[in-house]
Amino acid sequence: MSEAQSAPSSGPAADSTRPGDPAARHAGTARVKRGMAEMLKGGVIMDVVTAEQARIAEDAGAVAVMALERVPADIRAQGGVARMSDPDMISEIVAAVSIPVMAKARIGHFVEAQVLQALGVDYVDESEVLTPADPHHHIDKWKFTVPFVCGATNLGEALRRLAEGAAMIRSKGEAGTGEVSNAVVHMRTIRAEIARLAALPAEELYAAAKELRAPVELVTEVARLGRLPVVLFTAGGIATPADAALMMQLGADGVFVGSGIFKSGDPARRARAIVEATTMFNDPDVLVKVSRGLGEAMVGINVSELPAAARYADRGW
Amino acid sequence: MSGPRIGILALQGDVREHSRALTLAGAQPVEVRRAAELDEVDGLVLPGGESTTIGRLLRVFALLEPLRERAAAGLPMFGSCAGMILLARDVVDGRPDQPLVGGLDMVVRRNAFGRQVDSFEVDLDVVGVPGPPVHAVFIRAPWVEKAGDGVEVLARVAEAPVAVRQGSLLATAFHPELTGDFRVHRLFVDIVRSSGSGR
Repeated sequence: MSEAQSAPSSGPAADSTRPGDPAARHAGTARVKRGMAEMLKGGVIMDVVTAEQARIAEDAGAVAVMALERVPADIRAQGGVARMSDPDMISEIVAAVSIPVMAKARIGHFVEAQVLQALGVDYVDESEVLTPADPHHHIDKWKFTVPFVCGATNLGEALRRLAEGAAMIRSKGEAGTGEVSNAVVHMRTIRAEIARLAALPAEELYAAAKELRAPVELVTEVARLGRLPVVLFTAGGIATPADAALMMQLGADGVFVGSGIFKSGDPARRARAIVEATTMFNDPDVLVKVSRGLGEAMVGINVSELPAAARYADRGW
Repeated sequence: MSGPRIGILALQGDVREHSRALTLAGAQPVEVRRAAELDEVDGLVLPGGESTTIGRLLRVFALLEPLRERAAAGLPMFGSCAGMILLARDVVDGRPDQPLVGGLDMVVRRNAFGRQVDSFEVDLDVVGVPGPPVHAVFIRAPWVEKAGDGVEVLARVAEAPVAVRQGSLLATAFHPELTGDFRVHRLFVDIVRSSGSGR
């Protein structure tokens, strides 16, 4: 039984139109939203701020690009309110590449998401990297045709985002630091909490749902599958091919790289290396080869030295 | 009983879903990442994913020529979505330098139905798949723009071919691996069984 079968379908019931008829097509269903993320598995999604960077990412083998105005490291350095990108910039990036284009909306800013959907982006990241627009409510993602990816630090947070209609989850990590430790902690936490659920007797899942602050239906589904019912990527601090392979070995389905590529000395080469390391994450010979001669990595920030207000992972609930 | 060993090209994409569908269809799936592993399989699935990414990795990991040789030599292959693009002779609306395996005498159009907001599900009659229509999931899907005389069209959406077969090569623009209905995979397993070659 596939997880796709158990996904809710939002389209109208099949009518009497003949098979293949455009009138019988259902767009924006949970299955096509979640299925889109399945196609990204084993791949690298790269932050880009210009059409030129998007082309470099595509040439390097990125499965998608994330269009944004400033990479997280610059948002940290420059401060100020971080918002959805300029539509002109997003349109240029959409026109420049053949791979999917994602873009970020502020947490709770459903109008930014409406704009991004109208622009034709392929995925919206409701992202803690931007300044949250609503301290209480995330976007009701069921209302959209475009699919959403959301960050999570633990299983309960991931399931709350799924309850709101997210079709893909990523670890939050700590974006813009080049320090992978938070991504590691979030991935290990989510995996450990899933393993615990899978081992519980059915009658204990209700209390587990209470502890996780998540709907019992989703908790039961995760316990049965032994994994999330959607794709789980990693993000937040991945800067080297070894970082990417580490996260893949920890069970990530794929990798987001934010500042790590275009804040490094040789972005094209590093981008290729991270793509190859993500594919061959279990092969140390390949990892040695791709890790050589990459030039300067992005300058890192130790997460432990960040004041609480500068930690993006604490944004959202 | 043991079914045929069918490889799944595991460089990028929805490998796990194909693996499950092949198992349900009576085959033994194995992941393939190296040229030597091609010697161990009776057929090969090219999964859904990003065709530019998979194409580039085929080149980097020295799989492109071996795959072209195997396709020409009659190793049965089934490609869904990105896999269909890789099996095409040529691609439009793609990248001009995009590496292709080829083998199927067709030209495909990438992202032919539009962007992700245009992705859809629909019921389709597929030649060679008995029973009720196949529930087909199209995600940023290609279609066949031009097919050679030797290519049999198995299904269409709005006149465009979306499932084709030529000899032991099978391709769908949609993702039968996503629905739990493994009849298209059973069709491929039957092709592998009747080809009896491969190794």
